Amino acid sequence: MDEPIRRILDEHAHLQVDVATLGDDSDLYQAGLTSHSSVSLMLALEDEFDVEFPQEMLRKKTFESISAIRGALAQLGAVVAR
Amino acid sequence: MTTLAHRGAEPGAPAPGAGAVTHSDPYRAFRDELFAAGLLVPTGIDGLYLRSEVFESIVRGIDAAVSEAAAAEAPTIYHFPLVVPARLLEQTDYVRSFPDLIGVLDSYAKGEAGYADFLAAAEEGSWPNHLDHTGLGLCSAACHPLYPMLAGREVPPRGRCFEIFGQVFRHEPSVDPARLQVFRQHEVVFVGAPADAAAHRDAWVERGLALHRRLGLEVEAVAANDPFFGRSGKILAANQRAEALKVELVAPICSFERPTAITSANCHLDHFGMAFGLRHGESVAHSACVGFGLERIALALLAAHGLEPSRWPSSVRQELGW
Repeated sequence: MDEPIRRILDEHAHLQVDVATLGDDSDLYQAGLTSHSSVSLMLALEDEFDVEFPQEMLRKKTFESISAIRGALAQLGAVVAR
Repeated sequence: MTTLAHRGAEPGAPAPGAGAVTHSDPYRAFRDELFAAGLLVPTGIDGLYLRSEVFESIVRGIDAAVSEAAAAEAPTIYHFPLVVPARLLEQTDYVRSFPDLIGVLDSYAKGEAGYADFLAAAEEGSWPNHLDHTGLGLCSAACHPLYPMLAGREVPPRGRCFEIFGQVFRHEPSVDPARLQVFRQHEVVFVGAPADAAAHRDAWVERGLALHRRLGLEVEAVAANDPFFGRSGKILAANQRAEALKVELVAPICSFERPTAITSANCHLDHFGMAFGLRHGESVAHSACVGFGLERIALALLAAHGLEPSRWPSSVRQELGW
């Protein structure tokens, strides 16, 4: 749980499963991520990594898995500890 | 007879401001015409107008036409007030999704002890700062009070259909006469199985189109999204579009290029079912609604057929029960 993305998921995504049981490519929407919790997740990620998701990234796919989130953050130049 | 076409806003005409024929602000222009005709009366607040008896007779005609279209479904009919428990705005997620559109009610609650301060504040116009929240809010969508009423009740296997008359508040002042801050929605709501809810929405897109066309309106169905607040709202809007949850029936009111949504048909999926614990058998109930925007439909009719309803085509008058 030391990976910040997983910590943020745990705190903000209101998933129905334990984040520790999720693989990097697990579908977060199937794990219980809703439209509204994806908004909270996005705002928490921006806060943690000091980035701003541009409009074209504000869609469902950006937050569909841990690896998708990591990829999006990398694209924005954020440094994500693995 | 003044119609939208007569005002120089023909299809293909220059965009607003681009040509001499088109009024620089077609929204303000139509509102001025409605004021001049006495159909709407200004209050000094954009989006809040008094309505004439002629305007109301149009609304009553539309109400009757919608009820007739819904009658086959034998809906249970409810009339809801504008004021709701403020908690309803939290439960529906409107607090988070549309904080800029909602409204709640305050009142003076500090008793005799604070009255002198309150009077002083009233003198200088700052009295609203001395009011306290009442626990009351203004309804954001006519069907919202329905769902808490159904909480804990078993929805029958075939689902249930409701017809709702209600008033709603949206804080979005505008000179566009179709963008009212307080307006009426006439809704037909279904609660039941997922496939039946989706079928209700799809059927009402067609029924809505037919109803508006019988009224002589140039209407079409378009995919749409709600105006979710802020940058984060873009995610909600994108999801709503990706899942094709909202269809708007649009017709020209002030502009042919930018027709106005006069009716919307929505799949809620399990949004309200989850929020209010609505059960359908062993599952969470889904819901769907069609909402007819009564003032907007009336305005679309005035734009299409002119500001004197007594001279509207007989087929339209007949459809309105006149």
